[in-house]
Amino acid sequence: MIQFTDVYKRYANRHEALSGLSFELQKGEMAFLTGHSGAGKSTLLKLIALIERSTHGQVFVNDQNLSRLSKSMIPYYRRQIGLVFQDHNLLHDRTVFDNVALPLVIEGENHREIGRRVRASLDKVGLLSKERQLPIALSGGEQQRVGIARAVVSRPPILLADEPTGNLDPDLSRDIMQLFEQFNQVGVTVFIATHDLELVKAMPYRHIALEGGRLAPGQTQP
Amino acid sequence: MKKRFSLNVKSYLLRHLQVMLFSLGRLWRQPFSSLMTVAVIGFALALPAGLFVLLQNVNHVSGEWDDASQISLFLEQDLSEKQIQRLQKKIVTWPNVGDVNYQTAAQSLDEFRTLSGLGSLLDSLPDNPLPAVITLFPAENNLPDDVIQSLLHDLSALPEVAQAQLDMAWLQRLRSINKLLERGISLLGLLLSLSVLLVIGNTIRLSILNRQSEIKVMKLVGATDRFIRRPFLYTGFWYGFIGGLFAWGTLLLVLSLLSQPIQNLASLYGSEFSLQWFAGLLFFYLPLVGIFLGIFGAWLAVGRHLYAIEPN
Repeated sequence: MIQFTDVYKRYANRHEALSGLSFELQKGEMAFLTGHSGAGKSTLLKLIALIERSTHGQVFVNDQNLSRLSKSMIPYYRRQIGLVFQDHNLLHDRTVFDNVALPLVIEGENHREIGRRVRASLDKVGLLSKERQLPIALSGGEQQRVGIARAVVSRPPILLADEPTGNLDPDLSRDIMQLFEQFNQVGVTVFIATHDLELVKAMPYRHIALEGGRLAPGQTQP
Repeated sequence: MKKRFSLNVKSYLLRHLQVMLFSLGRLWRQPFSSLMTVAVIGFALALPAGLFVLLQNVNHVSGEWDDASQISLFLEQDLSEKQIQRLQKKIVTWPNVGDVNYQTAAQSLDEFRTLSGLGSLLDSLPDNPLPAVITLFPAENNLPDDVIQSLLHDLSALPEVAQAQLDMAWLQRLRSINKLLERGISLLGLLLSLSVLLVIGNTIRLSILNRQSEIKVMKLVGATDRFIRRPFLYTGFWYGFIGGLFAWGTLLLVLSLLSQPIQNLASLYGSEFSLQWFAGLLFFYLPLVGIFLGIFGAWLAVGRHLYAIEPN
């Protein structure tokens, strides 16, 4: 589903964030991306979401070669990926319902279908009763769950999360991770960047550990 | 297939309608700053439109005088009454000549005496220095200029005529002043339109910058540039449209304040003149021009700033 082949990312200030990285994630797999801050986790996710492009090497996502994807196609490509952020990235002047509806509105989905799917999605994350509230009225954990509801509402095949539990206490973090597991169980490929090793070491999923822009020693390359 | 197509068109139009109302709602939620922008646009549009209305009225008035365009023939001093009678009869038969009106030298002097108030001074003159005058009206109103000119030429060639003069030379001057004003107003209109464009462009630019983080989020969840651009273009549309209506209202208010004094002034000259408002015409054109400037200004701002905002 996600395949990196000898990928380099060099920034204008000559800092090399990724150096010859190769790995593969199978369709329907769930995996954690771990490493210290500065190890290249964020850069890797940005390459998958096409927020940035690789300097060298091939990135394939869902059978698409990202270096061949034109700028005008990026919006359509991103609709296949649900993104969850550490700071939620919610729109604070719109209700929970409108926030979750955003990807569907962008796709031009009709009104009835939007209502149905937004409520299904909010029900899944346990926030159906809060659909009329503004994000500011919610707790940090609830805001993150709104972010997750928005990421999955258009049923993307891939779910990417960048430090989704970064601001949450351990109990809430476990809830969020369980939510991701549930989406994985219905076939979504889930890839979560986190530095919370305590939380994820007990979970039975692959860890892809980065160290200085490469796979950490001791990991088998695909 | 056909049904699907019409369904798509319907949902496309519906989405546009939603964005349109959504942008109007945004303006409504910030009534004060929206109203200020609308007022600036309105005044900038009302000024050239008001000058246009006044100019049209001046043109209308000078058009009325056109019907009265007349030629004065100043006759040689030593003509007998008989010669003059013969001349009159001859001229009347010419094409393009309508009525003629004869005024003797003595009548000319009387007229001058009453108009100038130089009564006793004129009495001391040995003889009447003023000529007899035939006033001549063209057969039709609004004869073209070159026909009038050639008529004037033929008349001055007559041996009995000392001088033939088109009395409406001042009208031609007024007309060329009008032309100058027309051009001035067009230029002013152009400049003020440009300033409307800049005002709207700048307002949209600020609202883009205010919504920078929102735009980033929308791009991350797969919004196309066109989708993000749409509400800003509709915002420009509303500014222009409401600004145009505002200009119309302002103009009507100003004209209603001017109307009565103008009528009073006209009645002093014994004229039936009343101000033409062009209210219907302007009700159509002012919002239309506003909409055009609004969308164009927004489009310029969006082109400059929207694409520069990328998620990072």
